[in-house]
Amino acid sequence: MTVRERIRSGFLLLDGGMGTALQRAGLAPGEKPETWNLSRPEVIRRVHQSYVDAGADLILTNTFGLNRFRFAEGELRELVFAAVANARAACSGRDVLVGLDLGPSGRMLAPLGDTDPEDVISAFRQVIALGEEAGADLVFIETMNDLAEARAALIAAKEGASLPVIVSCAFGTDGRLLTGADPETVVTVLEGMGADALGVNCSQGPDSLAGIVKDYLRYASVPVLVKPNAGLPRVENGETVYDLEPEAFCAAMRSLIRAGARLVGGCCGTDERYIAGLRRILSEETPVPLTDQKRCVIASARKTVSFGGDTVLIGERINPTGKKRLKQALREEDFAYVLGEAVRQEEAGAAVLDVNVGTPEVDEKTLLPRLIEELQTVTDLPLQPDSSDPVAMEGALRRYVGKALINSVNGTEESMAAVFPLAKKYGGVIIALTLDENGIPATAGERLEVARRILARARTYGLDERDLIFDPLAMTVSASPGAARVTLDALRAIRTELNGYTSLGVSNVSYGLPDRDGINSAYFTLAMDAGLSAAIMNPLSVRMIRAWYDYRALNGRDPGFQDYIAAATRYTLTESAGSAVRETGDVATLREAVEKGMRAKAAALCRDALKEREGLTLIEEEIIPALNNVGEGFEKKTLFLPQLLMSAEAASAAFEEIKASASAPAGENGPRVVLATVKGDVHDIGKNIVKLLLENFGFAVTDLGKDVSPETVAAAVKKTGAPLVGLSALMTTTVPAMEETIRLLRRECPGVLVMVGGAVLNPDYAREIGADFYGKDAMEAVRFAERLRAEKPDTKTEETR
Amino acid sequence: MNRSGVLDWPHLPPDRGEIARYAGCPGGVLPPLLEECLTEAEGVVKNRVAWRCYPVSFTEEGLDLGFAETASRDLARNLLGCENIVLFAATAGPGLDQLVRKYSRLSPAKAQLFQAVGAERVETLCDAFCREFGREIPLRPRYSPGYGDLPLSLQRDVFAALNLEKALGLTLGDNLLITPTKTVTAIAGW
Repeated sequence: MTVRERIRSGFLLLDGGMGTALQRAGLAPGEKPETWNLSRPEVIRRVHQSYVDAGADLILTNTFGLNRFRFAEGELRELVFAAVANARAACSGRDVLVGLDLGPSGRMLAPLGDTDPEDVISAFRQVIALGEEAGADLVFIETMNDLAEARAALIAAKEGASLPVIVSCAFGTDGRLLTGADPETVVTVLEGMGADALGVNCSQGPDSLAGIVKDYLRYASVPVLVKPNAGLPRVENGETVYDLEPEAFCAAMRSLIRAGARLVGGCCGTDERYIAGLRRILSEETPVPLTDQKRCVIASARKTVSFGGDTVLIGERINPTGKKRLKQALREEDFAYVLGEAVRQEEAGAAVLDVNVGTPEVDEKTLLPRLIEELQTVTDLPLQPDSSDPVAMEGALRRYVGKALINSVNGTEESMAAVFPLAKKYGGVIIALTLDENGIPATAGERLEVARRILARARTYGLDERDLIFDPLAMTVSASPGAARVTLDALRAIRTELNGYTSLGVSNVSYGLPDRDGINSAYFTLAMDAGLSAAIMNPLSVRMIRAWYDYRALNGRDPGFQDYIAAATRYTLTESAGSAVRETGDVATLREAVEKGMRAKAAALCRDALKEREGLTLIEEEIIPALNNVGEGFEKKTLFLPQLLMSAEAASAAFEEIKASASAPAGENGPRVVLATVKGDVHDIGKNIVKLLLENFGFAVTDLGKDVSPETVAAAVKKTGAPLVGLSALMTTTVPAMEETIRLLRRECPGVLVMVGGAVLNPDYAREIGADFYGKDAMEAVRFAERLRAEKPDTKTEETR
Repeated sequence: MNRSGVLDWPHLPPDRGEIARYAGCPGGVLPPLLEECLTEAEGVVKNRVAWRCYPVSFTEEGLDLGFAETASRDLARNLLGCENIVLFAATAGPGLDQLVRKYSRLSPAKAQLFQAVGAERVETLCDAFCREFGREIPLRPRYSPGYGDLPLSLQRDVFAALNLEKALGLTLGDNLLITPTKTVTAIAGW
């Protein structure tokens, strides 16, 4: 029997605590337990031996924190080999498996923390490859409290070795991981990536983990593991003890085993008595058979969406085709605009967001992964990366903390060979377009055949019905009157013949017709009635959203018509589904709205004003005077930062209207400013405030973000020809990086002015590191930049020269 | 209270005056937007505290804190006459960081308010812990790594002593900053 078969074949008894056992043996607080593999191997072997003697089938190496973040590169190899040898020594002559144990890296992954996920993947990969070389039977990833890191470790396990992988997470008392994932989402994401078994460890005692374990059992098709603590810790006479004795622990474990847990063991505070107790229980119980849950399901880091019930609404708005403003935003990497589109769709009722950046002049391979990363900071909706470029797709899937909807594969061999392995490795449900080398088939029967071939090919990669959503392709009905019908017939055939899930890009049907929403929503209703699992549509269209509520109500899926009634009040036909106006108070003019910081009002008033006045006039006569007024109030301390920011946001909303209108001022008028938070510093709130205000006052801003190297800043200045650079740093430790950036700018970009800001700086310090200007707040930065417009860029200022 | 432990701390009511101060509105009126932020923040704050007591002794080089030694004169002044300390870490969890990150892209005004709410939440949590602990033992004002001449590098020892990665899910970066950022470590003596 292979190790993989053994994981699936029945009960598997794991070991108990290692860390707490070593503490009892004299491990000092702060001392690294992994070093004992070499310095005290006899102790490590004794602990392993005690678990083997108690009847364990699988013991874990003493390598929980072994990685290059905590140890020198040179130590890793010897420690991994010693750890595996120590475990092997304890199971000589017995059929016991040795798992390479890996806990969290000790780093928080970006964007939440400061560590590049690729660094974490490569650190895990290094140890895992060593573990396989040293002879471990499997990889045991445990105590993960962040889904992003669990995912990174699992990617590393697949890339670093061919061993089976078990992934176990540690949950808080609220039933979620530290970063917010619930058990259903954890199972969806990690099972989707091909973990061989999943479970929970540490955190709490077996009784309080029961709810989480039952959720795992409800959603997982793979075997479920439980490895709890011996209850809760407390300190007695300076020593940590746990409150559950072996009997109570085992009694609680028995009910979890009866519920379906098959891999069991103990974590902190458990010893060989607990494991021996579990051995007795396993000899008395029969394993609950594994259930194939057959779920067609995707997830974000915090939310799961399943297909097969109500038609899932996929927002189509992040797609530059035919959208001038979005194209511009993508070209300029103006993510704020794109993220705003995401939030508007979420508020309007989308359950998934399509993400397409395919437009000339952008590099999809870098832009799609970056945008996927950005979108995850503002929305909990699962995402659907949309690209025909496999490199862009892989980049996106690598950065996506979740199980994505992959848009798309088609029936050509080239496409299938590129996309299926990605879905297998990173997890994902794939939209499968029913077309192939010969194009889009004319009949429903032929589209069904393409679908059938795609499914057959998918099976050879270990994928099946639940991993595919077929799109029988909505065609332009005005070009071919029968086309809409053919697609619906194909949809029905895929449902009935293949038992397949389906999706349609509904809006395609209406190209070339007036009032597209009307025919789109009618077609949408017909498609739902044909069994449509998901629709790629415009959630900001009230008629489309209402069609969805109407259909549910008419089909008895909305008992009491609660949802229908709520929708009827919320979405009126005159209002866009996305606008959620919460502001109260009366303002008559755009200027007043900006001064009072009323974002929605400012946008609405600006939209109205644009009917009669030029965009440029509005900027000069309403917006800038309002901002000046607010800026002066801030400088005189009659109003404060939040008010200043709210006014700036209101001004931005008005600018957005002007940009979208026909009377947009051509090109960029203001001088360009390059902004960056310097290398090593991740505090960018201040820099973002400066950016917002500079943009308000008409400057063109190139924002390089945070943790930016001196070379990147210099390159951006050369590329854009910007006369002014703004640098920020919050920490004393990163001021040297600021100084280095200025030095490089002086050398490479003579003539450029540098302004600096941040909590640790003052005018003297700024002068010392060679800056031209120190701004104590965002308004001072704006005032300095404004002199560029008035004077010439080579002006030196009295502040620092 | 026990001499060591890890606890989920109950919800604490927000101190709007303190939030105003952190938001840069000294004595100023807070915008209605703040109430929206407080509602949104409520669901994501996860208060947790880990602590452990140690005897403290004054040496020629400075202080032996039981879990580490330091030459900090400022901390020594703060602990003058004390025989014991409680070392603790308090965190409001990663939820507020997530909100700050989200709104720094969507609404800088809200991002700035969430930043202020986060600062207030974790300071209020520290105060609540010290008050609770101080019921039985009156404590000196708490003192954190990074205050005065107490180096930030002490965080490494604090992390090891309280096992903060496992106990609270915290991580310490190379720059000695803690994630989640709405976290404070401190020492209070008696």
